[in-house]
Order: sequence, then structure tokens, then C-alpha cells
Amino acid sequence: MSGATQAPGQAQGQTQGQTSAEIATERLADGGEAWRLSGEWINMTAVAASKRLSDLGRGQGGALEIDLSKVAAMDTAGAWLLRRAITDRRSAGGEVRVTDGRDARYSDLIAALPERLAEPRRDPGRPATLFQRVFAPLGKQMVDIWQDVVAAMFILGSTVRGAQLKLGRKSGVSPAAVVHQIDRMGVRAVPIIMLMSFLIGAIIAQQGAFQLRYFGAEIFVVDLVGILQLREVGVLLTAIMIAGRSGSAITAEIGSMKMREEVDALKVMGLSPVGVLVFPRLVALTVALPLLTVIANFSALFGAALVAWSYSGITFDTFLSRLKEAIDLSTVVSGMIKAPFMALIIGIVASVEGLKVGGSAESLGRRVTASVVKAIFVVILVDGLFAMFYAAIDF
Amino acid sequence: MDKAVAVQKEVVLSVEGLTVGFGSNIVLDKLDLDIYRGEILGFVGASGSGKSVLMRTVLRLLPRRAGRIRIFGVDVDETSEEERLRLDMKLGVLFQHGALFSSLTVRENIQVPMREYLDLPQAMMDELARLKVELVGLAPEAADKYPSELSGGMIKRAALARALALDPALVFLDEPTSGLDPVGAAEFDELIAKLRDTLGLTVYMVTHDLDSLFSVCDRIAVLGNKRVLVEGTIEDMLACDDPWVQSYFRGKRARSIVREA
Repeated sequence: MSGATQAPGQAQGQTQGQTSAEIATERLADGGEAWRLSGEWINMTAVAASKRLSDLGRGQGGALEIDLSKVAAMDTAGAWLLRRAITDRRSAGGEVRVTDGRDARYSDLIAALPERLAEPRRDPGRPATLFQRVFAPLGKQMVDIWQDVVAAMFILGSTVRGAQLKLGRKSGVSPAAVVHQIDRMGVRAVPIIMLMSFLIGAIIAQQGAFQLRYFGAEIFVVDLVGILQLREVGVLLTAIMIAGRSGSAITAEIGSMKMREEVDALKVMGLSPVGVLVFPRLVALTVALPLLTVIANFSALFGAALVAWSYSGITFDTFLSRLKEAIDLSTVVSGMIKAPFMALIIGIVASVEGLKVGGSAESLGRRVTASVVKAIFVVILVDGLFAMFYAAIDF
Repeated sequence: MDKAVAVQKEVVLSVEGLTVGFGSNIVLDKLDLDIYRGEILGFVGASGSGKSVLMRTVLRLLPRRAGRIRIFGVDVDETSEEERLRLDMKLGVLFQHGALFSSLTVRENIQVPMREYLDLPQAMMDELARLKVELVGLAPEAADKYPSELSGGMIKRAALARALALDPALVFLDEPTSGLDPVGAAEFDELIAKLRDTLGLTVYMVTHDLDSLFSVCDRIAVLGNKRVLVEGTIEDMLACDDPWVQSYFRGKRARSIVREA
């Protein structure tokens, strides 16, 4: 592999571990020193070469001749090591001469590199005090929460106001978009919601029946399942499922549109991104979540009836008549009222997080995670507030 | 300028009888192309004529129906895993929109291939990354910025720095100067010519920039009718009587450049 048949910088057929960068040192008659370089000065040999160069360069300041004529290959890594060694020697007062083969390729490469790497300018700033370091993150957190609330209110207000910013026209939302979203977030969620609720109803019935059996009050499992499912579990678990399923989708959709400047494009067209993107999804969620809750309640009660029959021998007739006595309208209504609120929370949290996505793929992932976590947390929190409220007004 | 080409005409990349299609739509039909060591090949063609498809096929990002691709004399179909890895190390690609990893800084972007292929200590990788940043003409502060904080021209330079991270022998540039201002584009052209001269790069450049074609490209290939219509120097292009080539190189936009040249 002679250097003459190759362009500079390239080594052909190099294999890892078989190449090396060699230096033979020699004392010259005039008191100077000569390094005769050979081998391949490429990035794979850079570690060993760097060590050898710093060993040779230590504490030396005399005249130096570097002979490159036997070098088989060199790339920027190798050239940079030599450049650095030359600069070090020169700054120590030594004279450095570089000799090369016929076409002086390698010395050209070395000469083309900068002598020193420019240091980036750093803004020193004032070091933070202990007080700042302890309380700054806390303050940031508080400001973030406040800004989230403001953004949520902004989105809620904008959706009420409509899609268009200009010309005072307000009916900018096409019903087709809303129906499409209802299909995606509502209809397609039916199978998983049904399956999940069926299992939950069955599990609650089995656990309830098992515990109530000690008191000989197995029949009251119907009251237990009916009230628990209709008041709390039905809407809560459906909302959690939808937060995971549709909330994440809303955040990801709006977030990736934000990343690719599509949101900005809407703005300059005089359209409100909130009106165009968020409003249909929010309407669709508020329609879909109560309907899904109804479906969830039915399949949970069906699951419970099945377990009550097979596990406790309660027939469907008995189950239904007991259910009629156990639950009244307020039980059903108190659960259902919560559903649209949950839908709004999920939609708004997801949109706020979607609009916060920055430029990187990583921030999209972070926002989607935050969207689901926050939505579920707020849904559970609001459910608790509702429970306290109902208890206070004896509903 | 043609020193490297004149000494020897070693073929770095050779494409023979390449056919690529999607469904019933044939994009490239029995295309032949050779690229020689140390040259800058400018690749032009109408929008949608398959320039990017050709580049992506050569890089094995798209499947092909027929044809042989040889890079550094190695048939890419007959390579073992290890050979292919070694081949990949010798290729650098600058994608049209940079394709920098958005969650990594410029420095980390440049270090991705180094980390993957070389066993270098962190200090040396930092130093080499700073060297590349300086070589492509970026300010040292840019090294610690994220791609979303960079301008279009800076993204191109950062992406070039990443393409050069392993000192590849063959660099693919997809419209490197599109979206740059004329001064920035001219600087970019000079940079590529300088890197070719110092590092001995072979450059495959897809471009629509007439200035780059006239100033840095050693050879130009025109893609049309699903194959290479004509290849040669800029004089050959001006002499070609194909109507599209005529209107491309003798159009209003080209005339002023030709007159200066």
C-alpha cells in the first residue's frame, strides 16, 4: 500500500487493530532532533499516536525535523495531532521543519488545519447564591404551574370564541372535523372500553361477594357494584383510559404540527390554531366521553351480573330487581355529570402540552408523557372534589 | 484543480444498469454512472427526475429492481456484515434538511459516529469535534447549541461536520447550498473544494445551484429520461443539444454566469 497511489487522507483496505502510527527518533548532527513518521496516521491509531507524541514532546524545546515521506495514510485526526505537537514545540521556542514526499500532500493537510482551536466565548455571569440555588427551581415550578393555568384558560376561551381571528366570522369549525374526531376518539375506543369495564365489573363483584359472604349478605353485592360503578369507577376509569388513548394522541398531533411550523402557518393565515386544532377535538371529547361512560357502565354491570350468577348464584332477575331498588336517578346522574368535565380536562391539558412542544424529538416525548400524567392526575383530583361536593349537598 | 483526477482515474463508485421503481412507476431505468477518486461530481436534473432516489438507492436506503452498485470496488450485494460496516465508515452523507439529531447538540451530533466506530477518549473526541466545527466554518459557540437553535446555513455546516466526522472518502451532498444566501453558498462551495483538496474527498453533489456547478464541480451529470442523459465538463454541457440541458445551462439564469466565466 504505497502512498503514491492514494489520495491524501485515505487508507485503503484498512482493518481495525492492524494499523499503527510509528515514530522513529534520531539525533541530527546539528544538535536538533528528527522524527521519522511511518504507518497510518488515522483516527483509529490516534490514541496511541497521541500518547507517543506527548511522550516525545515532553520537556523538549530544541529544533525539530518531522519527516512525513514514509507515512502511508493520514486523515484530519492524525494531522491534528501533528499540528498540535508542532504548535507546542514552536511555542516552546523550538524550530520545526516539516518534510514530505514528492507532492507534499500530508504537509498541506497539516498546514490547512488551524494552529489552535478557538475557545468558545463563555458568559461567566454571576454565580448563584445558595438561596437562589435552593429556591429558584421552586419558583420556576410555581411560575410554570401558573402559566399552565393561564394557557388552559386561554384555550378554553379561544374554543368558545371560534376558529377565525380576522373578519369577525366565528363559525369556522366544520362539523365534518368534529364527526371525524368523534369517530377516532369515541367509536374506535368502544371495544377496549367495553372489555376493560366488563373485567372491572366482574372483579368488583367477585371481591364484593367474597367479603359479603361472611355476613350472609351476598345479595348486597348488587348494591355495591351498582353504586360504585355508576357513581365513581365507570367515569373515572373511562376518563383515565381516554387520557392515555386520546390525550396522548392530541398532544403528539399538535406537538408535531408545532415542530414543523404548521401551527405558525395557521396563525399567519389568520386562523386561530386553538380554534382549528383544539376546538374540534375538545367538542368531540365532550361528546364521546359521556357516551363511552354509558357503554362502560352497561358492560360493567353485565360483567357483575355474570359473576353474581356464576359465583354467588344470583339470577339475572334477582340482580335486576335488586339493582332497581339500590340505585336511583341521582346515582346515575352524579356519575354522568362528571364525564364532560373530565373530557374538558383531558382535552385542555393535552392541548396545552402539545402547544409547549419545542424543536426536538425529545421534547415531543416529554410533552406527551407530561400530558398523560397531568391529565390522569387532574382527573382523579377533580373526581375527589366532586365526591366532597356531593357529600356536602347530600346528592 | 484536476490534479487528483489527472493522476489516475480510479473509480470510487460505479453504478451499472440500475433500475428503481415504485409500483408500476419506473423512476430509474438501466442507469450507469461512474465517479472517480478526488473529483466533485455535480448531479442535476429536473425536479422529480429521481436525483434523490438515485442517491438514496446508492446508499441502500431504497430497494432496487436490478443493477450493480460497487463502492470502492466492492459489490454492495456481496459484502459481509463486517465489510459493509467498513464501507459505511468511508461514506459521509449530508441530507437535504441536515437530519441532525434534534435532541443532541452539534458537538454530540458530530461525536455520534466517532463514538460508534472509534475507541477514542472523550477529551480527544471533544477536540476532534471542535476541529470539525472549525473546519466547516462554524463559530466555536455553535458546538454546544441544539439544532433548533441554529440558522439554516449553520445547520448545513453542522451536518457537513457530522458527515466528515470519520474522515470519509466519499461524501454525498444533497442540495448543500439550497436555502443559503449567495455569499454563504459561495463560501460553502469553497469549503467543499478546500476539503476535497486537503482531505482528498470524492464528492457526489446533487445541486440546482448553477454557481456551484460552474465554480467547483469537475464533472457534471444530467439525469433525465430515467437515466444519465449526458455527463462531462461544463463545456460539454454547453455543447449538448438536448433541449432540457440547453435551457438549463443556457437559460436566463445561467447566461450571466457563463458570460463571466
